[in-house]
Amino acid sequence: MTSAPVAAATREAYPAGLIDLVEQGVDVVAIDADLSVSTMGYKFGEKYPERWLTVGVAEQNMVGIAAGFAATGKTAFIASFAAFVPGRCFDQLRTSVAQPRGGLSVKCVASHGGVTVGEDGMSAQAIEDLALVTSLIPFDVVVPADFESARQAIVAVGKTSGPAYVRTGRPKVDPIYDSSYRFELGKANTLRAGTDVTLIACGIMVGVALQAAEVLASEGVSARVLDMATIKPVDRDAVLAAARETGAIVTAEEHQTHGGLGTQVARVLAEELPTPIGFVGVDRYGTSGKWDELLGYFGLTPQRIAQAARDVIARKT
Amino acid sequence: MPTSLAPVSIDELRDIAKRVRTDIVTMVYQAQSGHPGGSLSAVELGVSLFWNHLRCDPANPTWPGRDRFILSKGHATPFYYSILAERGFFSTALLSGFRSLGSPLQGHPSMSAAPGIEMSGGSLGQGLSFAIGQSLAARLDKRDYRCWVLMGDGELNEGQVWEAAMAVPHFGLGDRIIAMVDRNGIQNDGFADTIMKTNPVEMWTGFGWHVIECDGHDMAAVDQALAEAEKPHDRPRLVVAHTVKGKGVSFMENNPGFHGKAPTKEQLEQALAEIQGGLS
Ligand SMILES: Cc1ncc(C[n+]2csc(CCOP(=O)(O)OP(=O)(O)O)c2C)c(N)n1
Repeated sequence: MTSAPVAAATREAYPAGLIDLVEQGVDVVAIDADLSVSTMGYKFGEKYPERWLTVGVAEQNMVGIAAGFAATGKTAFIASFAAFVPGRCFDQLRTSVAQPRGGLSVKCVASHGGVTVGEDGMSAQAIEDLALVTSLIPFDVVVPADFESARQAIVAVGKTSGPAYVRTGRPKVDPIYDSSYRFELGKANTLRAGTDVTLIACGIMVGVALQAAEVLASEGVSARVLDMATIKPVDRDAVLAAARETGAIVTAEEHQTHGGLGTQVARVLAEELPTPIGFVGVDRYGTSGKWDELLGYFGLTPQRIAQAARDVIARKT
Repeated sequence: MPTSLAPVSIDELRDIAKRVRTDIVTMVYQAQSGHPGGSLSAVELGVSLFWNHLRCDPANPTWPGRDRFILSKGHATPFYYSILAERGFFSTALLSGFRSLGSPLQGHPSMSAAPGIEMSGGSLGQGLSFAIGQSLAARLDKRDYRCWVLMGDGELNEGQVWEAAMAVPHFGLGDRIIAMVDRNGIQNDGFADTIMKTNPVEMWTGFGWHVIECDGHDMAAVDQALAEAEKPHDRPRLVVAHTVKGKGVSFMENNPGFHGKAPTKEQLEQALAEIQGGLS
């Protein structure tokens, strides 16, 4: 059944996804580190108290405990801010989770990703998390654009045998999908057809890219828009089709341009079909502000994406 | 389920300890690398544990009801692999591949690479947290296995150890986790007291643990301490074994230089003679 979507934060999808998993018979446990009111993990704890715990402000311990759970066959979720998971426990994710054969079934759901954390300022604004976790070999990495895709992404990673990282956000964002949407791990979703350039985005930048496509349309430029929620493994086929059919690509992410979505896309192009590409992201540490003001401050705007699109189109041969 | 053997006598345990020490120096010599010091200091703890206390079945190493041994000080692989082999988890013939290309016996443990390896290690400070997760899972699954965690005294410098130390009593895991510290007084760069002087007994007590101390090379005392640790208590138990780094080989004993260094051929011969002669 399709329910009418309303503005919601992607982090709100965390308890919803966990509850779906338990109802589908997955042996889930979830751990928080004194941020459960923000990650929304506490809501899962209210429903399934025996499957939820909080370990205090101790992210390294949290990862180790999750690995221990996973070693016994359980699916262990951990939640914190993206600044702290992976930032405070990268070594534990590497040694205790990623390195055991194929990786253990530990799923990080890191909320408050990117600069839209807002007023807390630069220390809380994770713009390195995707670079860190994409470097962990068995990890799947997903950055959903809205509540519905986040809920489905959490369910999807909850059913794989290996580790995963799902980044969610703090602000309420307009829905892109309704419940008839079917998220598929590792598959891009084409939100708008186009022939002159492809805008590939993840997370909150998907909505911004759709607006950029409108700006470009008003100038007679036809822009394709892909929601590349799974940045690892990236959907190679969708990237290559975009390169072949539109000849120019712009990536847009709420992360530094090194090591995130843009890097994943550029590698596919470099290996198989070199194509003009532009990167929209954040390349400096931040400041306090309201989340939507910060998008403007960092240039995570339709106008900047549109400009990047004009630039790559001009580079087509 | 087959568990531990009938109680093994202290004399037999001492004989096994000699074999383990022989394996340790031989493996490190053959690999020309590895960590003999903190392997030799832990031998009595490991032998008493694996032969008289740890509920395990080498023929069925993934039996869900088994006790877990978590080697948190992951560099002590010569000791660990030797004990697993001597206890029957895999052939002692595998030991000669230690640290070489194609062998499952990496320099630091790789989980499931060989039977009995419960956790990937090498980065210090992570074992107790891992045991907490396994123990909470045991509680959920209504299983009664224990997790035995071995840490080094230098390893206690790591903050994560203390995150876990406070969590064990908080979660009421005292009957599921037994921690052990190999208190050999030496870490990588030198003597522990000069690098970070601490009082582990007071620290663990302050974190809510019941600390049991023993002479870590008196096999009867170690066996007794582990038995004591298994008894119910209102606090989680930590065994502090006072040990000598490099125990059993005169030129390695209490010598920081042999934390992570291999003996020469002549040194190996001397070491083997001393181990046979019963320095320990
Ligand atoms: C996180 C981390 N930092 C540094 C090291 C390098 N290292 C290996 S052994 C060691 C000293 C360990 O001392 P201790 O725990 O006392 O071990 P033991 O003396 O029992 O061998 C160090 C610093 C490591 N393995 N992990």
